[in-house]
Amino acid sequence: MKAKIHITLKSGVLDPQGKAIEGALHNMGFRGVKEVRQGKYIELDLAESDATKAKEAAQKMCEGLLANTVVERFKVEVE
Amino acid sequence: MKSAVIVFPGSNCDRDAKTVLAATGLNPVMVWHQDSSLPKVDLVIVPGGFSYGDYLRSGAMAAHSPIMREVKAHAARGAYVLGICNGFQILTEAGMLPGILLRNAKLKFICKEVLLRVENTTTAFTRRYKAGQVINVPIAHHDGNYFADSDTLKKLDDNAQVAFRYCDADGAPTAAANPNGSQNNIAGIFNEQKNVLGMMPHPERHAESLLGGTDGKALFEGLLAA
Repeated sequence: MKAKIHITLKSGVLDPQGKAIEGALHNMGFRGVKEVRQGKYIELDLAESDATKAKEAAQKMCEGLLANTVVERFKVEVE
Repeated sequence: MKSAVIVFPGSNCDRDAKTVLAATGLNPVMVWHQDSSLPKVDLVIVPGGFSYGDYLRSGAMAAHSPIMREVKAHAARGAYVLGICNGFQILTEAGMLPGILLRNAKLKFICKEVLLRVENTTTAFTRRYKAGQVINVPIAHHDGNYFADSDTLKKLDDNAQVAFRYCDADGAPTAAANPNGSQNNIAGIFNEQKNVLGMMPHPERHAESLLGGTDGKALFEGLLAA
């Protein structure tokens, strides 16, 4: 199974990189950009064929290493 | 008294730490991060650098190196652990200290001398400083912006767990004196028991007058007396 993981900063956590991207987009003329929040996307190829077990395993990996839950939240999709 | 310096792939302040520890009489040995046992020592230094190239998050991968299980057990026994710069990031990622070090607020790598106010002088690490003393110690980091939720920040204050704050020459922790956006100007924190210290500034780089300053030396001397 493939696990697709999105990791994003929790709301309220300052995202200076997102702010810098936002500034650059404004400089390019994209005036309609109200806010940019930057995150990470991680894809895992798992030997597990059971979707529930695969998702559980990926969630454990997120909690243990892939995300830092002090400031980040994650979303796991398996297919 | 004996000490160990953990060496990760990408550590680059490990030998600076070793030099200071040796000069202070703390008898250092170097320990590779893949080792699964720690020699019998009183102090473990998790040094600065760029372990694993700062991939994923600074310190995230190093926090899971085999030796870190031993470092956690060492701290749980009440023995001393000092994490400097990347070492501080590793200790937060390993769950040994609360919070996280985020990208500097202005996104720049900052390498300069800063002033710190010593907040708690009752610990082995800080006993050689005077309460409220302002010291000059260099920083060199990209991810030193200390963040924790408001409950954690309150707990840090209530338990006197803040070791150092960025300050001006008068010791005031002003916004202008905060180089990286850290909450409450936090530059270094203790665990609850005060036997683990993590700090972004580099005391080992200001322990010899030849290198521009000696304000970091007292930290190591305090440990020697511990």
